[in-house]
Amino acid sequence: MRTGFVLGDNIRTGLSNYKIKLQTENACLYYGKFQALRNITLRIPERSITAIIGPSGCGKSSFLRIFNRMNDLITGARVEGKVELDGQLIYEAHFDIVELRKKVGMVFQKPNPFPMSIYDNIAFGPKQHNRYTKSELDKIVESSLKQAALWDEVKDKLGQSALGLSGGQQQRLCIARVLAVEPEVILMDEPCSALDPAATLRIEDLMRTLAELYTIVIVTHNMQQAARVSDTAAFFMMASDRAGELVEYGSTSQIFTNPRDKRTEDYITGCFG
Amino acid sequence: MKLKKFGERIPQSLFFLIALSALSALALITIFIFIEGVPLIAKVGFFNFIFGMKWAPSLGQYGIFPMIVGTVLVTVGAVIIGVPIALCCSIFLAEFAPRQLSMLVRPAIQLLAGIPSVVYGFWGLIFIVPAIRNYLGGPGLSILAGSIILAIMILPTVISISEVSILALPPLLKEGAFALGATHWQTIRSVLLPAAKSGILASIILGIGRAVGETMAVIMVLGNAVALPSSILDPARTLTTNIGIEMGYASGEHQQALFATGIVLLVIIMILNASAQYAIRRK
Ligand SMILES: Nc1ncnc2c1ncn2[C@@H]1O[C@H](COP(=O)(O)OP(=O)(O)O)[C@@H](O)[C@H]1O
Ligand SMILES: [Mg+2]
Repeated sequence: MRTGFVLGDNIRTGLSNYKIKLQTENACLYYGKFQALRNITLRIPERSITAIIGPSGCGKSSFLRIFNRMNDLITGARVEGKVELDGQLIYEAHFDIVELRKKVGMVFQKPNPFPMSIYDNIAFGPKQHNRYTKSELDKIVESSLKQAALWDEVKDKLGQSALGLSGGQQQRLCIARVLAVEPEVILMDEPCSALDPAATLRIEDLMRTLAELYTIVIVTHNMQQAARVSDTAAFFMMASDRAGELVEYGSTSQIFTNPRDKRTEDYITGCFG
Repeated sequence: MKLKKFGERIPQSLFFLIALSALSALALITIFIFIEGVPLIAKVGFFNFIFGMKWAPSLGQYGIFPMIVGTVLVTVGAVIIGVPIALCCSIFLAEFAPRQLSMLVRPAIQLLAGIPSVVYGFWGLIFIVPAIRNYLGGPGLSILAGSIILAIMILPTVISISEVSILALPPLLKEGAFALGATHWQTIRSVLLPAAKSGILASIILGIGRAVGETMAVIMVLGNAVALPSSILDPARTLTTNIGIEMGYASGEHQQALFATGIVLLVIIMILNASAQYAIRRK
């Protein structure tokens, strides 16, 4: 288990060796008249963990929600600039949102299992997209729960309500629920902020395993966590008009040990005290 | 210090007294109805009273079974017609309607609840009853007419309570389903409605309570015959209308029999309310 301030593995991460999975170019996000993000240009490498860090209110969650078009749910929210998944512009009118959200899954700040059984929670996504036989669903449920390192804890009570699980288990259930629709990208918005340290470490371990297969983008206010788990990191900050801007982006080791921007350095030293 | 405490106590006990007086009014009415009605049920026999086919006060025959059947049929009809409309309406208001529209529709539906029942009855008598007579046959005054009127009358109850229970769901549920690629309709059907089912169930039960208890509108369109109906186009009589029609001239044993009818109604309503409470609490 990784504990403390470990950078070792992250140093290998040369951004150039990776295929770009997600990309924004001069992306701006508006909530009505309020500009929440300004000119974000960022490339997120495939099969790695990218951490979005920065003070609260700087638009980290908003930025994350650009990639699965969750902002579409908010009236008045508008995205400008280019946002690409595998080189495809996802805000084009003809882009299929359902396909997008199948490929780009999301784990929320607070675990949000549906008020149904553990089994039905996992089977929910697949059932919306395809007709599966019972045995196919059984397989999906089992493999998703195994991937999310939850199977051993729940295999005997799949029929019980998911709301009876602990917070950490619920969050892993939500990860399993995302895995069940076979995504390529997993967005995580402060997935551990509601969890105790032990549950947090379990999720972090899980993230490292998942990063071999999936592209993970995680928002976190926990600098130690960002340092522990991520390969690359992006530091956001609010401009004077409260619009979020990207201050610096690079490999995690560079951002944490050798920040180029004074603001990044101040923030990181401030956080580690 | 003491004085202040005393000052706190006065309003406290005042509220308590007022609350108590409301409760004691309920208790008084209940006790009175039971004192008046129970002797008659005892005299006729519980079984004969509930399952007796014949209601002929002048002959001393008090069987309310046809009215129980009438109540059940009219209510079931109202539920079959009204609940699907109400649920569609509440889903529309909670999930689809733009803000301005729902701000307009919501008070309009509340207004439905404010229309006096005699107006509903009058409207039914003038429009629904002749329509049924002309297009479907029979006397027009019928179970169907009663069900249609009651279906409209329970709309506000069912719509507002089920809408509130959908709106009260945590937004994270909906976002979670959307994030998995579910469409809006899939989200409603597979996540929101099941999650809100206890509130929706409660709204339906309270709607049923409203339908069972309604009197005036039903008197005007139901035909009020005291016989077992053989089709929904037949007239019928409900428990409430039985009391409403005969109370003006009933006396003695007859009057007691009407109170006994009231006991049956009271018990039905209490069971319905208790099950609505149960549905709301059971999450
Ligand atoms: N639905 C919304 N409508 C209007 N403003 C919003 C909405 N969501 C977030 N904001 C605003 O956008 C800014 C960025 O918010 P957010 O992305 O949640 O920041 P962070 O996740 O970094 O704390 C904040 O000023 C916030 O008030
Ligand atoms: Mg946030």
